[in-house]
Amino acid sequence: MSKEWPLWEVFIRSQHGVSHRHVGSLHAPDAEMAIRNARDVYTRRNEGVSIWVVKAGDITASSPGEKGPLFEPANSKVYRHASFYDIPDEAGPM
Amino acid sequence: MSKAALKEFSLRMGDNCLILGQRVSAWCGHGPALEEDIALANVSLDLIGQTRMWLGYAAELSGKKATADTLAFLRDSGEFRNALLVEQPNGDIGQTLMRQFLFDAWHQAMLERLVQSSEPRVAEIAQKALKEVAYHLERAADLVVRLGDGTAESRRRMQDALDLLWPYTGELFEADKVELSLAKAGVAPNLDEVRDAWNRTVDRVLADATLSPPETVWMQTGGKSGRHTEHLGYLLAEMQVLQRAHPGAAW
Repeated sequence: MSKEWPLWEVFIRSQHGVSHRHVGSLHAPDAEMAIRNARDVYTRRNEGVSIWVVKAGDITASSPGEKGPLFEPANSKVYRHASFYDIPDEAGPM
Repeated sequence: MSKAALKEFSLRMGDNCLILGQRVSAWCGHGPALEEDIALANVSLDLIGQTRMWLGYAAELSGKKATADTLAFLRDSGEFRNALLVEQPNGDIGQTLMRQFLFDAWHQAMLERLVQSSEPRVAEIAQKALKEVAYHLERAADLVVRLGDGTAESRRRMQDALDLLWPYTGELFEADKVELSLAKAGVAPNLDEVRDAWNRTVDRVLADATLSPPETVWMQTGGKSGRHTEHLGYLLAEMQVLQRAHPGAAW
């Protein structure tokens, strides 16, 4: 039966987290049931305060084959990291 | 209102949760989809948790050495006070969900009123259980609508389940002297009010599900006074075998 249901990616915002994080995937016939299933599968141990579900097919992913041109140019540019700056206390956590 | 009536009431609430929890737990590892399997296991565990509260309270009120565990594992079927509805077999997933829906609609209507109970302990237990049960009802109602208003096959199965289980719903609203005395004392709700609330939920959901209850039915009764269907004995044999064979066994 589950083979006929589309796959959904599940994102949970935890008690302390600021943003939703990908936690896994599941099958469900529609978004409403995907939310319910996510509640039962991924928040049983008090993991979350908010759930997002996205149809896996609606996610556009970068192609592994393009890894070189996409990411390698950034390898040699350490100066882009903010670690060279002193962060004033008033700025809070970055 | 006597202490004995309060104990009897707690047993009824607890036994409903225990027997349905045991029934639903049998789906663990057998659900029609992994997601549904986990959801059913969650419902079952919620009900067992509620059982601990109600039977724990009943044990305290009994004044003997009873505990929630001895009440669950060492009573015979004639001493169980659950409604006949919850001991009915799982059947197919449609039958399980229909049973769950009919029970949850009653359970929520009861708990919504029990949170106002004049007995603080009862109100506390109801408060704790209500959120879980609200979710159970939402989920069961949604699935009853999806399957009822689904394919010809799923609709037929849901209608069969409704016809099969409907005769066990009347008992949920039958008040005997225990309920009448508790209602008078403000400890438990008036079951006529619970019936009205239940009817509103059930009418709405069944209409959405394109299902209709059988028109004339003889309502079964007896669970509250320990007269059960043959199914309960088999369920208890499986549930109690370990404590019966190895009294006091623990881990």
